[in-house]
Amino acid sequence: MASLREIKNRINSTSSTKKITSAMEMVSASKMNKAEQNAKSFVPYMEKIQEVVASIASGNVDADHPMLQSRPIKKTGYVVITSDRGLAGPYNSNILRNLYRTIQERHRSKDEYVVIPLGKVGTEFCKRMELPIAKSIVGLDDQPEFAEIKEITSYAVNLFEDEEVDELYLHYNHYVSAITQEVTETKLLPLTNINEEGKQLSTYEYEPDQEAILNTILPQYAESLIYGALLDGKASEHASRMTAMRSATDNAEDLIDDLTLSYNRARQAAITQEITEIVSGASALE
Amino acid sequence: MTSSLTTAQGGVRLKTLNVSVVTPDGPVLDGTYEMVSCRAEGGELGILPGHIPLVAPLTISAVRLKSENNTEYVAVNGGFVEVRPDQVTILAQSAEKPSDIDVDRAQQAKERAEQRLNSKREDDVDFKRAQIALQRAINRIDIANNQ
Repeated sequence: MASLREIKNRINSTSSTKKITSAMEMVSASKMNKAEQNAKSFVPYMEKIQEVVASIASGNVDADHPMLQSRPIKKTGYVVITSDRGLAGPYNSNILRNLYRTIQERHRSKDEYVVIPLGKVGTEFCKRMELPIAKSIVGLDDQPEFAEIKEITSYAVNLFEDEEVDELYLHYNHYVSAITQEVTETKLLPLTNINEEGKQLSTYEYEPDQEAILNTILPQYAESLIYGALLDGKASEHASRMTAMRSATDNAEDLIDDLTLSYNRARQAAITQEITEIVSGASALE
Repeated sequence: MTSSLTTAQGGVRLKTLNVSVVTPDGPVLDGTYEMVSCRAEGGELGILPGHIPLVAPLTISAVRLKSENNTEYVAVNGGFVEVRPDQVTILAQSAEKPSDIDVDRAQQAKERAEQRLNSKREDDVDFKRAQIALQRAINRIDIANNQ
């Protein structure tokens, strides 16, 4: 059995770990609330832009903007949203495993795809697995603003426009609730399924003409889809970290309980031993 | 709310417009106005209630919102305007009310952009970027000073 002092040390170190994890849990909880709000305030923009794009795209059949058309696939781009820091439970590993599996299934050679990772964990994963990286961004704010990721979103959309890649997928964790997040893959480009719900749409006049509108609105739409996914991903990240930290706190508590039990046992054993020694010493004198 | 008058022909003539300015970072403004004027890529655009549905891309400029006795300004950076008879929606990648504009920051951005314009050649990507940044900064400063 470990000595009293060893057990005491372990109890102390576990309880300071517990303090840290429970503080991190609270921090993540408040960040998650903020991220959830951000994701919500983005919804009106998304809905509106989607409505306009859908009505333009479905309103006239001869809309033949390159971003609306599927072309033969020679190269695929993957935009992957991960976090910068670890300690977020399965948040990063789930998404990266899914990405890796998808790539293994779909592609035979490295010339067939490129990855655009957002976040440090994703970037390092791609480097380690030797996946081709087109561009990456690290050190994103917990509450990212649109301007911060503008560069990478336009880069991704430009890759498609310049026919560097022929389709673009988005991998991220979708925030379902504080305890559930889903790894999601969506096809970003070409935009083929804009009007899924088949809503009644209004018809518009276009100033100056449809083509010019599509040229400005479609890249903006695609970029905002990436931004939306990032906000969703951030909310999931904080939720996932919160859950991970909560279970770490719970585990630390269990461990402290166990250690306290064995500490008390050891103490009791030491006392008993001492008494036995005294008693046997006294009886030897008689 | 939209109020409406009945014209002599029996048609409904709208008197006001609901205007909302939305950006990816959340809604900036929501209100009722009598007239909206903005600068689209094709030229100045004045929108009164009852306008036919229209979509037009905007330039980096000020959007003027007129109500009965005052005019409000909003700085928009690109984006587009969607018009319906009683509703105008402006979707921009960023937009600010004059009170939200950080003039010092805009001033700094202006100086930075000017420096860059002096040091880069015209066919450089950074040159274009600096031009746009300069436009944005000037637009913000103008609007903030207008108040």
